[in-house]
Amino acid sequence: MKALVFSRKPARYAAAMVAGALRPGKGARFGPLTLRDVDPPEPPNAAASAGSNNNDDWVRVRPRLSGICGSDLATIDGKSSRYFEPIVSFPFTPGHEVVGELDDSSRVVVVPVLNCAVRGIDPPCDMCAMGRINVCERTAFGCLEPGLQAGFCESTGGGWSTSMIAHRSQLVPIPDDLSDEAAVLVEPTACAVHAARHFGDSEVAVIGAGALGLLTIAALSYFDEIAPGRLVATAKHPDQRFWAKELGADVVCAPGELDRVVRTLSGSMVLDNGQLSCGFDAVIDCVGSEDSLAQALRIVAPGGTIHMVGMPGVTTVDLTPLWYREVQLRGVYAYDHHDEHGDDFATAIELVRDKDLGRLVSALYPLARYEDAIEHAANAGVRGAVKIAFDLRDERERKR
Amino acid sequence: MPRPGFVLDVDRSTPPIVFHHGEGFRLEKLPAGRSRVLYPGEPLAALDDADAAIRHALDHPLGDSEPLRALLRPGMKLTICFDDISLPLPPMRRPDVRQRVIEAVLDQAAAAGVDDVHIIAALALHRRMTEDELRHAVGNRVYDAFAPDGLLYNHDAEDTDNMAFLGTTPHGEEVEINKRAAESDLIVYVNINLVSMDGGHKSTATGLASYRSLRHHHNVQTMLDSRSFMDRHASELHRSNWRMGKVLKDAGIKVFQIETTLNNDTFGTSGPMSVLQKREWEWNARDRATFLTMKAGLDRMPLKARRAVFQAWKAPYGVTSVQAGEIEAVHEVTTQNVFAQQLVEVQEQTDVLTMGLPYISPYNVNSVMNPILVACLGLGYFFNMYRGAPLVRQGGVVIMGHPTTWEFHPVHHPSYIDFFEQVLADTTDPKEIEARYEKQFAEDEWYRHLYRTSYAYHGVHPFYMWYWACHGMAHAGKVIVVGGETRSVRRLGFSSASTLQDALEMAEDVVGRQPTITHLHNPPLVMADVKVATA
Repeated sequence: MKALVFSRKPARYAAAMVAGALRPGKGARFGPLTLRDVDPPEPPNAAASAGSNNNDDWVRVRPRLSGICGSDLATIDGKSSRYFEPIVSFPFTPGHEVVGELDDSSRVVVVPVLNCAVRGIDPPCDMCAMGRINVCERTAFGCLEPGLQAGFCESTGGGWSTSMIAHRSQLVPIPDDLSDEAAVLVEPTACAVHAARHFGDSEVAVIGAGALGLLTIAALSYFDEIAPGRLVATAKHPDQRFWAKELGADVVCAPGELDRVVRTLSGSMVLDNGQLSCGFDAVIDCVGSEDSLAQALRIVAPGGTIHMVGMPGVTTVDLTPLWYREVQLRGVYAYDHHDEHGDDFATAIELVRDKDLGRLVSALYPLARYEDAIEHAANAGVRGAVKIAFDLRDERERKR
Repeated sequence: MPRPGFVLDVDRSTPPIVFHHGEGFRLEKLPAGRSRVLYPGEPLAALDDADAAIRHALDHPLGDSEPLRALLRPGMKLTICFDDISLPLPPMRRPDVRQRVIEAVLDQAAAAGVDDVHIIAALALHRRMTEDELRHAVGNRVYDAFAPDGLLYNHDAEDTDNMAFLGTTPHGEEVEINKRAAESDLIVYVNINLVSMDGGHKSTATGLASYRSLRHHHNVQTMLDSRSFMDRHASELHRSNWRMGKVLKDAGIKVFQIETTLNNDTFGTSGPMSVLQKREWEWNARDRATFLTMKAGLDRMPLKARRAVFQAWKAPYGVTSVQAGEIEAVHEVTTQNVFAQQLVEVQEQTDVLTMGLPYISPYNVNSVMNPILVACLGLGYFFNMYRGAPLVRQGGVVIMGHPTTWEFHPVHHPSYIDFFEQVLADTTDPKEIEARYEKQFAEDEWYRHLYRTSYAYHGVHPFYMWYWACHGMAHAGKVIVVGGETRSVRRLGFSSASTLQDALEMAEDVVGRQPTITHLHNPPLVMADVKVATA
C-alpha cells in the first residue's frame, strides 16, 4: 500500500530542522518523510495482550480524508520536543485526523489516542479508569509499539496512507448527513471542545486563529457560557479575522493589539513595562510559542488560568508573573472519552454540524503531492487557508 | 494694503497648486475650466503696539462691564484662565499674546493689591501642558512667579473634589466647572480667537468644564445640528455653550473676557516657508527654486526629522485686535475681526472639495498627527470652515491629501490607539460609536490616570474628534484620501487614492463626469462665505 512514512534518520531530521526554519513546511522535502509502498499494518499479536484484547477487536480502516495538524508539521519540520521520543515508534505513518471507511463501507472517525483499552491493558491505568484516556499512563506499553496516538505509532499506521488499523473502541460512526470534509474536522474539533469546557461566565482571550484556534472559538461560542462581548481572539491574517468573527469571537484583533484590547475590556491599569494590573480570567494559547505564552502571562488576570492548547516546545519565558500573580498554567491535550459533561467526540460532531465546520477545509491533496500539501498547511494563514488534508478517496491502492 | 482672500478660476495658465501634505507638500494641477481655488486673505496689518492695545481694552471694556481695574480689590480671589496648547496653530513666536495679556492683567491686579491669584490653563479634556509649553504661553516671568507655588497649573476635569456643579440649563445640560474658578470673585479669561469657533461662552463653559458637562454639546447630534460650528449663529455647539454661560452668570460667576485675534502671517515674509503664503502664479524664479529645494529636502528627510522641523516652527503672527469686557459683547466684535481676516465670499457649492492637510491640528502640537486627527482636521475643521452652506454640495466628494500614517503618540494619545484599533475596527458610524463605546472610554480609570498624571488626552477625546467630523461625513457622498497609508485610510472608512488624478476619477463615480472642483487653500486660514442662489 502507499503511505507516507516518517523514519528515524538523524541526518535528514537535522536537514528538516534547517529547511523548516528557513521556510515552514520545507521539512517535508528534506527530512525523513517519504512516500513509499509498504505492507499494511496488521492487528497486534493478541498474546502480547494481558487482557481482553484480541484480533477481533481490530479493524482495517481505509482513510478517506486525513488532515494535517500542527503537531504533524512540527514533527516534519523538526520542531517537536524530544519529550515525545519515548512515546513514538519509528518508522510511523503520520495522520491522526482521520475519516475512514470500514470493510462494510460504513464511515468512521478514528479516536487516535492509544490508551489502555486499545493496548489491551487490563486493568487500565488510573487515568483511563476515570475516562481520561488522553492522559493514559501506558502509552508506551501493552500490545502496541510506543505511540501517544495513531499517526505516531509504528503498529497502527496512520491516516496519511491507504490503510491503517484501529481498535473498535477507537471508532466513532459518522452520520450520513456529515460530509467527509466535515468529518475530518471532528478530531481537531474534539480537542477544541475539550479545551473549551468549564469556562463559565468569564472573559476569554484566544491567542492564535489557526485551525485549532478557530475551532476553539467555535467551541467556546457553541457552549455559550462566555460573558457577552468578552470572547476576544487574535488573528494575523484577513481570512483568519473573518473566520474568527464568523465562528463567534466578539472582538478580533491583531496579535500586537491584544494587550490593549484586554486592557480596555478589563479596565486595567498599565505598569511602565506594559504589564497589565488585571486582565482576563482565562487565556487560551492556541499557538504554543514563546511569544504567545509570554503574551498570555501579560494579559491573564491575577489568579487566572492560561490554557495551553497549542502544542508548545522548548520555551524560554519569564515565569515571575505566574508566581507573583498566582496564575494557573493548564495543559490541554486531546479529549476525554467519558467526561462528566459528555463525550468530547459526540459533542464535536454536533458542533461540526451546527457551525458547518466543513467549510474550513481549504484544500485537498493526493498523497503524491505531499510536499505541496505540507507546505500549504505550514503556510495556511498567509495563504488564506485553514485546514489542509490528504484526499485518499481516489488512491488506487485503496481499492485493492 | 493687504489683499483680501479671493476665488481663483483655474485656467490653462494656472500653475500647479501647493497642497499641504502632512510634513511635506504636493504640487497638484487642477483641471482647467471647472476648478477654482479659494485663497486666504493676506495678513491684515498687526497692531502697532499690542501692549498698548491690551491696556486700552482692559480700561475700555465692551458691553455691560466695568474696566478691569475697577473690578479688582484687595482680598479678592482672582483666577486667570487661558487657552491651552491647542491655540494658535502653529504656536506663535514669543512673546505669545497670552503672556502679554496676562502680564497686563497681573500688573493691574498687583496695583490693586490683589494677592490671591491663580492662573489656570483651561484645557478641558485636552492633555496637560508641559512646563516648556506653559512657559511659552505665559512667559518665564509669570511662570516663575506662580508655578513654583502651585498657583499656575493645568485644569483637571477629573479632580472631582475641585469641580463645582452650578446647575442645569433649561435643556437639562449640567454645568460643572473648575471649583477655584467658580469660587473666585472674578475670572479673567484670556483667549486667542484663531477661528470663529473659539471664544465667547465656550471659553469658560468648555475650557474649565468636566466630561459631565461637555458631553451635552460634544456629541454627535450637536455636531450634526451645527451648520457650521464656525458660524456661532448656526451652531448648536454654541447655543449649548451660551445656555451654559447663562447658568454660570445666574450662579454669580463673574467673567471678564479678553479675546484677541491674530492675522494670517503663518509662515512669515522671509525664509523658505514664506513661499507658502504667496499665490502660486505670483511666484518668481526665486520662490519656485525655494519651494522646490525645500520640498526636495523634506522628501529626503526621515519622517521624525521632518516632524521636528515642522513642529519647531513658530508663526510670526501679528495681533490684530484685543477686546475685553462682557463676554457676548466682546465676542461679537472678536468674531467680526476673525471674519475680516478669514472670510471670503464664494458663489455656489462645488461637486468636489479638495484640501491639503498640513502637519498640525489643534491636538497634535509637539506630537503626532494620527489618522483620527487627520479625519478631524479635514472633515471637522476644514470642512466646517464655512458660513451659509458647505463648500461642497450634499452628496459631493471630499478629497483630502495627507500621509495618514498608522502612527500615534503613545503618551499623548493612548485612548486614540484603542479607539482606532478597537472601535473603528468595529464600526465607523458616529452614533453607534457614541452609543456603544463612549461611556466605557470616558470612565476608563487608566485613561483618567494618564490624563491626570501624564500628558494624555482624556479617554473620551478621540470620540470628540470623530464627532467633530460627523457633519462632514454625513454630508459627503464619498471621502478620498490622496497619498495616505491605505490600511489607515480604510480603517477610517474612507477611500484611498495614490494621486489626485486617481481621486478625481474615483469622484466621478459619485458626482458624475466633469465635476466642478474647489480647492480650499488652507493654511493660512480661509473661511468660505458660501452664497447659494435660491431656486
